[in-house]
Amino acid sequence: MSAPLSTDIAVVAFVQTEHTAEAAGASEVELLAPVITEIKERTGLNRFGFTCSGSNDYLAGAPFSFVSALDTVGAWPPISESHVEMDAAWALYEAWVKLRHGEIDTALVYGFGKSSQGVLPEIMTQQLDPYYLAPLGVDQVSLAALQARAYLERSGAKEDDLRAVAARSRRAGRDNPFALHLPDPGDEGYDVAPLRPYDVAPITDGAAAVVLARGDRARELCERPAWIRGIDHRSEAHSPGVRDLSRSEAARLAGERAGAAGVEVAELHAQFSHEELILREALGLGEDVAVNPSGGPLSANPVMSAGLIRIGEAAARIHDGSAARTLGHATSGPCLQQNLVCVLSGDDHG
Amino acid sequence: MSEAPNHVLEFPGGYTRSVGPVIGRFLTELRDGRLVGVRTAGGRVLVPPTEYDPADGEPVTGEFVEVGPGGTVQTWSWVSRPRAVHPLDRPFAWALIRPDGADTALLHALDLGPFETGAAPPRFLKTGMRVRPKWRAERTGAIGDIECFRPEVTMINAPTRLEYRLQGGRALDRFLEGISQGRILGHRCEVCGQVIVPMKGLCPRDGVPTTEEVELPGTGTVTTFAVNNLPDPRAPEVPFVSAYILLDGAGLPMLALVAGIPADQVRMGMRVKAAWRPREEWVASMANIKWFEPLDEPDVPFEAIKDFV
Ligand SMILES: [Zn+2]
Repeated sequence: MSAPLSTDIAVVAFVQTEHTAEAAGASEVELLAPVITEIKERTGLNRFGFTCSGSNDYLAGAPFSFVSALDTVGAWPPISESHVEMDAAWALYEAWVKLRHGEIDTALVYGFGKSSQGVLPEIMTQQLDPYYLAPLGVDQVSLAALQARAYLERSGAKEDDLRAVAARSRRAGRDNPFALHLPDPGDEGYDVAPLRPYDVAPITDGAAAVVLARGDRARELCERPAWIRGIDHRSEAHSPGVRDLSRSEAARLAGERAGAAGVEVAELHAQFSHEELILREALGLGEDVAVNPSGGPLSANPVMSAGLIRIGEAAARIHDGSAARTLGHATSGPCLQQNLVCVLSGDDHG
Repeated sequence: MSEAPNHVLEFPGGYTRSVGPVIGRFLTELRDGRLVGVRTAGGRVLVPPTEYDPADGEPVTGEFVEVGPGGTVQTWSWVSRPRAVHPLDRPFAWALIRPDGADTALLHALDLGPFETGAAPPRFLKTGMRVRPKWRAERTGAIGDIECFRPEVTMINAPTRLEYRLQGGRALDRFLEGISQGRILGHRCEVCGQVIVPMKGLCPRDGVPTTEEVELPGTGTVTTFAVNNLPDPRAPEVPFVSAYILLDGAGLPMLALVAGIPADQVRMGMRVKAAWRPREEWVASMANIKWFEPLDEPDVPFEAIKDFV
């Protein structure tokens, strides 16, 4: 429980769009611009030591689609900039590493995506290996359902337990002005068994941005900075056939290294209801931990920013003083293959 | 995305990729109709093979091992509405399948036979199920050389057909002669007085021969019944009801179908009448009576039929 050092890094601002299920006519850039404008106003910063973004060309169906998004940031005179073809939570990790080097003291991180423009489960097939998986045409929901089956059979959990996760997430989401407001799960048939439509995150368009700052700079920019106490990401083998799909060893390790024990709030990047149960177990989250009070991805899943939003939401609980120690989680790859865990706390809680 | 796309992203011909010696060996063997895995330094067999051991990242050995082709389902998901990109156009399962002799699993489609779109997963689909690949006739060296997997054979349907020329006996012949004329005939027992229908030529109660013919009406009472859920060529539809019916004036109930009423509304004591086929279709067979139908009369109290149940 030590006081933050001048080299410690904090989330000092977080902004997201009011997410929508269908494109309201705005382009990616138009989606992102108000978010960048607002976070500049909020921090009073116009220039950042480093800028890093997360997005995916297959969502837009256009190569280098992240380049045009740079117009919203203002890249002249030239800025120090980078991009990850992943969820922007990994862009945040890159920015954190850059800040740790000590040459800069602020960084802007953002992510954006419009999954309503294509067929998301099939777009995600493009992330699979081109020899054994992608040629089969296996889609994201089918893969997730394999993991759900493995988890249900190993743990003894029932499909009703999945439904309870979806119901709780949707209830919470209706209290979140940025999430989609979805009804309680109805009597729906299977999407891909054992998953039903409400067990699958909704198609969502949206964007989000976070500003990181170091040491005293963080205190100047934010009354209650959310200090990053630990951040770690781990990856498992790509092939689902060599893993125990019923568990997330990568999340367990990342949680252990980042210091997941003792958090009050956890924002989990669970895009399918069984993933929340697997992650709770892997991260050792007890019944006393508030999981996804924002509604989580089951209430709004703007692809490529949903993971960053988890860290942003976890930070927002520190900013508003409602929690002392929180956790943001992001995932990438098929069946929770890669997991990033970021543990945050206020000044008084190391 | 309901309306037609206005932008299509396509890679004509796809990407050209080198597969290397490990994946290349697997794909080459696949083209020859064989499944092989590669052995790791620790002795595990990886299927499909990778160049490294997923456990520690160490390079695999050069030893390839033929595995399967039989394998075991490790986990599965059920696609009741296949997408256009899926390998099968009817409901199927995705499965992680561990071939015999392998330590890891291969993802593929599992074809369990014809199902209607939207069908729920069949009950026989289970983790642990034994499956085999169905090879494509024309193979190119790709994962799709296996068209799909199918369950191993665990059951057969052994058809049986025997032919007989039965003799019904004199009493039954006489009964069927009555039926062919639209009449239901019985024998009255000289000892106990009960009417036996269909007649057997003797009274089962007294063991004496019977000869006195009595014609009975086509009306009667259900004494007991069964709801059948397996299809039967004689029944109109499933579920159907077979019942013991005590014809008015008879001393023994006879077995017949009951129809014209939902199966769950048939009850003991219900009044019924014979539904005859059209006269021009009559032959010397009980089939002349299609079934018994409800009669618009109050039910008979249980007391009155309790001896016939
Ligand atoms: Zn008698």
